[in-house]
Amino acid sequence: MKKLSLIHSAYIVFLKDLHVEFRSRYAVNAIFLFAITTLTAISFSMGPIRLRSEILAPLLWIILFFSSMSGLAHIFVREEEQQTADTLRLLTSPNVVFLGKWFFNMVLLFSLEILIVPVFLAMMGAVVGSPGPFIVVIFIGSLGLASVATLIAAIISQASAKGALFAVLAFPISLPVLISGIHGTQLSMNGGTFSEGMPDLQVLFSFSIVILTLSLLLFEFIWRK
Amino acid sequence: MWTVEATDICQRFNRRLIFEKVSFTVSSGHSLVISGPNGSGKTTLVKIICQLLRPTAGRLLIKGDDKIVTPHEIYPYLGLVGPYLQLYTSLTAFENYSFFSRIRGCTLDIPEFKSLMERWGLKNREFDEVRTFSSGMMQRLKYVMAIMHKPEILLVDEPTANLDEDGSEIVYELMESQKKDKVLILATNEPEELKFGDEKIILNS
Repeated sequence: MKKLSLIHSAYIVFLKDLHVEFRSRYAVNAIFLFAITTLTAISFSMGPIRLRSEILAPLLWIILFFSSMSGLAHIFVREEEQQTADTLRLLTSPNVVFLGKWFFNMVLLFSLEILIVPVFLAMMGAVVGSPGPFIVVIFIGSLGLASVATLIAAIISQASAKGALFAVLAFPISLPVLISGIHGTQLSMNGGTFSEGMPDLQVLFSFSIVILTLSLLLFEFIWRK
Repeated sequence: MWTVEATDICQRFNRRLIFEKVSFTVSSGHSLVISGPNGSGKTTLVKIICQLLRPTAGRLLIKGDDKIVTPHEIYPYLGLVGPYLQLYTSLTAFENYSFFSRIRGCTLDIPEFKSLMERWGLKNREFDEVRTFSSGMMQRLKYVMAIMHKPEILLVDEPTANLDEDGSEIVYELMESQKKDKVLILATNEPEELKFGDEKIILNS
């Protein structure tokens, strides 16, 4: 029996979750269907009107936020509902579980963005002035969103009325991500450079690191009964 | 030499007292049986021993070769079978085995897996999804997962629940061999299982 590193163990948990998700496709379906439905609804209601970046950026982040809220909680809720949480508690340490699930949510969110963001830009007829900063803002913003979602998912999985609680709890904590994400996206759509978007990137990055660190410190108290 | 040492363990759920001042010591080569009427806290005590639950008061120490084993180090040395412990039903028996062995830091030994499956009467079901298993087969598979890493401490809650006569016989053989040189803790009320305990704790409701 060899002692595994934290990252290696987390990777094993991630692979297990990927495998389970591949079989059930619950979270993937929830997130993608929500995103596609919202995108279609917005596109139809706008018709041929060309929206400015001040409107497009919040719309994109609203789609990303609520789509992720519809599926990212499932990573912990599934363990509790199928009574496998105790099994996992017996197998490995809380930080391994958190990192594995955080990584899974990140992968899920990035997959959503790879599909949804180009479709959104195409359907809205939007032009991104600075693609580099735009991609970096979306990437780092998702890092923060996935961190918040994973932590809140762990908390609400122990409660009843999970679905309603998730968005309600996650929204105030995600506000810094949403505000900076929207501002940075808008700036990059208007052709802003990296240096102009640096304050937003700094907020997004710092926020993600703070949430991740706090999660690793607090998760054991949430995970252990 | 492994030792599980509990001192004055007390458990309350809100204001309701489940049990108090439960103390025992059990070492390798010995076994402990926990019995008592329904609702007396047998499962709660098992969960406290395997650190799934924090006791309201009291101290639980697990020592391996006279060194205290912290909750973060205990995982590879513990095996638990209980009705509340579920496997991943959307995965196959082999996928469950693969996950359990890798996360415990063991090498994936396929011949060992096949031999365990055969011993527990699950031959030819290795690549079937666990959700297609009956409750008795599921219980057998839980044993496979609990003993695959040859744990120093084996906890069994309701050892023969859902098992037929053959299954119960295999469990009895396992418990007999575990208590020879390792720690065995079982929670049961079945008269034929009480004899597996060298020491007995009777909890009162």
